[in-house]
Amino acid sequence: MNIEIITSDALNVMTLLFMAVTAIAIARIRNLFAVVMLSGIYSLMGATLYVILDAVDVAFTEAAVGAGASTVLMIGTLALTSANENATPNKQTIKALIACTLIGFALVYASFDMPLFGDPNAPIHNHVVPRYLNDSMAEIGLPNVVTSILASYRGYDTMGEAFVIFTAAVGVIALIGRGRREKSANENMADANNVMKRKIVLRVVSKLLIPFILLFGLYVQWHGDFGPGGGFQAGVIFGAAFILYGIIYGLGTLRKALPAWLTRWLMALGVLLYACTGVVSLIKGASFLDYNVLASTPTGGQHIGILLVEFGVGMTVFASIVTIFCAFAGRAAADVNKVSAKQRSAGHD
Amino acid sequence: MTFLSLNMSVLAVIVPLMAAPICVLLRHSGLAWAWATAIAGITFVLSIGLLQHIMANGTLVYEMGGWDGPWGIVYHIDEVSALVVMIVAAIAAVVMPYAKLSIEREIPKERHYLVYCMFLLCMAGLIGMAVTGDAFNLFVFLEVSSLSSYVLISLGNDRRALTASLRYLIIGTLGATFYVIGLGMIYMMTGSLNMTDLATSLPEVQDTQTIHVAFAFVIIGFGLKLALFPLHIWLPNAYTYAPSAVTAFLAATATKVAVYAMLRLIYTVFGDVNPFETYGLRGVMIALALLGMFAGSLLAIFQTNVKRLLAYSSIAQVGYMVLGISIGNAIALEGGIIHMFNHALMKGGLFMAMGCVFYMVGSTDLKDMAGMGKRMPLTAAAFVIGGFALVGTPLTVGFISKFYLVQGALAEGWWPIAFMIMFASLLAVIYVWRVVEVMYFQKPADGDLSYNEAPIAMLIPTYVLIGAAVYFGTDATLTSEISLNAAQTLLGGSK
Repeated sequence: MNIEIITSDALNVMTLLFMAVTAIAIARIRNLFAVVMLSGIYSLMGATLYVILDAVDVAFTEAAVGAGASTVLMIGTLALTSANENATPNKQTIKALIACTLIGFALVYASFDMPLFGDPNAPIHNHVVPRYLNDSMAEIGLPNVVTSILASYRGYDTMGEAFVIFTAAVGVIALIGRGRREKSANENMADANNVMKRKIVLRVVSKLLIPFILLFGLYVQWHGDFGPGGGFQAGVIFGAAFILYGIIYGLGTLRKALPAWLTRWLMALGVLLYACTGVVSLIKGASFLDYNVLASTPTGGQHIGILLVEFGVGMTVFASIVTIFCAFAGRAAADVNKVSAKQRSAGHD
Repeated sequence: MTFLSLNMSVLAVIVPLMAAPICVLLRHSGLAWAWATAIAGITFVLSIGLLQHIMANGTLVYEMGGWDGPWGIVYHIDEVSALVVMIVAAIAAVVMPYAKLSIEREIPKERHYLVYCMFLLCMAGLIGMAVTGDAFNLFVFLEVSSLSSYVLISLGNDRRALTASLRYLIIGTLGATFYVIGLGMIYMMTGSLNMTDLATSLPEVQDTQTIHVAFAFVIIGFGLKLALFPLHIWLPNAYTYAPSAVTAFLAATATKVAVYAMLRLIYTVFGDVNPFETYGLRGVMIALALLGMFAGSLLAIFQTNVKRLLAYSSIAQVGYMVLGISIGNAIALEGGIIHMFNHALMKGGLFMAMGCVFYMVGSTDLKDMAGMGKRMPLTAAAFVIGGFALVGTPLTVGFISKFYLVQGALAEGWWPIAFMIMFASLLAVIYVWRVVEVMYFQKPADGDLSYNEAPIAMLIPTYVLIGAAVYFGTDATLTSEISLNAAQTLLGGSK
């Protein structure tokens, strides 16, 4: 047998096994901080699996969003509640167990007739994919087929996904966002109490790192047509740099660099840029999001269209992630202030 | 003009979709409201144009980005899609003018523009689900509409709105996950996501275990979204504690679009497989529909909050729609489709009447309805007319729906089902009568019977829907023609 096949099979089995173990641990452990960390690890192993499967774009997204951004956001949520789950005795456990077992059996039952893993004759490889692989260079002209599919063949779905992110961010503002005056007061208070200010190593290292993270974000944004990456990943990476800055230097400082009005505008303008690219196609007499008409040659038009919509996605994702982080962190800061105010008044008594 | 007629289908989605971020930039309560109202109106006009176009010219195909199916995303709009788009846009256009006062009363001012933004997103998501011919695109717009509806529900001024919304979020996400896993398996077996393309390739693999499970998953997924009994537990609290205008909009549209998606899956995607016979789905669906009709109505009888009562009645009414789909002959299907439209009118109107009461009284508890016949005569009258429609009294839309459903059941020789449809309507008499009795024959605890009617800006939209519920009950030629065409198109697809 081919040694390469054996190693990749072993890697697959090991990674999947570890993922299963992590998932069981997540379900069993009651300390939520550990759960958040484990889910980050779970995502990272998922990303590894995608790399083995040669799906580097997906791996990139999973690593940036699943392991990176969502872990930070969940830790932000933990700051608002406690790190321990209050396990309440639940009468529904038996029912839930039955439901889960049934679904598990259904999935196993379904797996018997699935095409074999990696089978080149599977329907997936022989229906729509051949055109993507063989003709996308002539039709769109990008070496990264994934970008061609996401931004052009199925660009309308990607626009929908960008709107999903926008909806999530606006939803978070609607639910836990606060009035302007209250917010800045809280942020400044939080900065005064920020313990990170005294951690000199963190401050220096983060200052060194942030420019490179931003540079890498830009690279992922503008190089997505040629290598793995694109607006989603770039937005998350760019956002991560600012979130790091916010964690180390305080929310108030972050908001000075990136005011709330700016993230709100970027968030809205990003999705609008995407949709407006489509509207330009409409006005030029083609279908919505038909980039062929954007320049004198079809592939030239595709190129411009894809750059524009990817930039729109990047803007919205970046601004949304920062907005969601700030909403959670601002809320936490407000709670800390309430507690310390209470303590102060208790001390006076 | 050609620009409009060519692109009407995509404009009906992107006009409200693109208006949403602009709403965030406006950031002013009044401006955002005016903007959202104007957009809802424009979308309504577009949806009427789309419906007319399709009634005249048949199915419309629109290729996104100029890529043909199954490689790109294609809109495939027939009479059912156009009707559902029209329902969503019409309800939005009526609810928006009503929403201004109601939302001012129930939600803090600095969040108004966010509410209108979410409203537009929800509307765009629902319309996007109705027009698409791509099974994955359906999921994307399902996410847009679901996320925004969770947020809208959670903004209710009762703290229980938050838990209601969280429960809906968990169950709704489960539903979406079931759908996307099922779709993943379908993609694995066929290599396609395009609905018409799937319709031709699915029969080849219809007997594989993978497709059996995939079908079960997609049906359970939308069963959760449309609150098919016994998957309805998210619905009562969500509709009870959401802001009044939101309840009116969602109750009239969200479940209808989920019913539409199920219709599309059964009759188009799995059309040639004929899942009713092949997978023995008919018996299960009819049983669940009947159970929903009775359980929903019985539970409604025992509610002490009128919004909650109406929510349980919605579960029963969804049962009627699913029954029409499952009986599956042209007449019953026509009944199911026409009931989507009719129920949107009456339930929208009824929830708006309750919104008027909430605006004036601050409660929708049954005990607070005492004396409403004197205190808010117009609102109470609107409720009574809407209640008649719910029961299925002749000259209201409810009668038209039930007439077709009963006929459809009889055409199959299933007279027990026809009998049960009528018996369930008797249960509706009981729960509607409970409210009417308190409104007209009980005195309020403080004995205050002074005239205190809701503002005219809320009453007019309420009466537009209630009036339509009577108008389309007396003259159903238009609606029956559309739904008959829709039913025939769907059945034609399954042969």
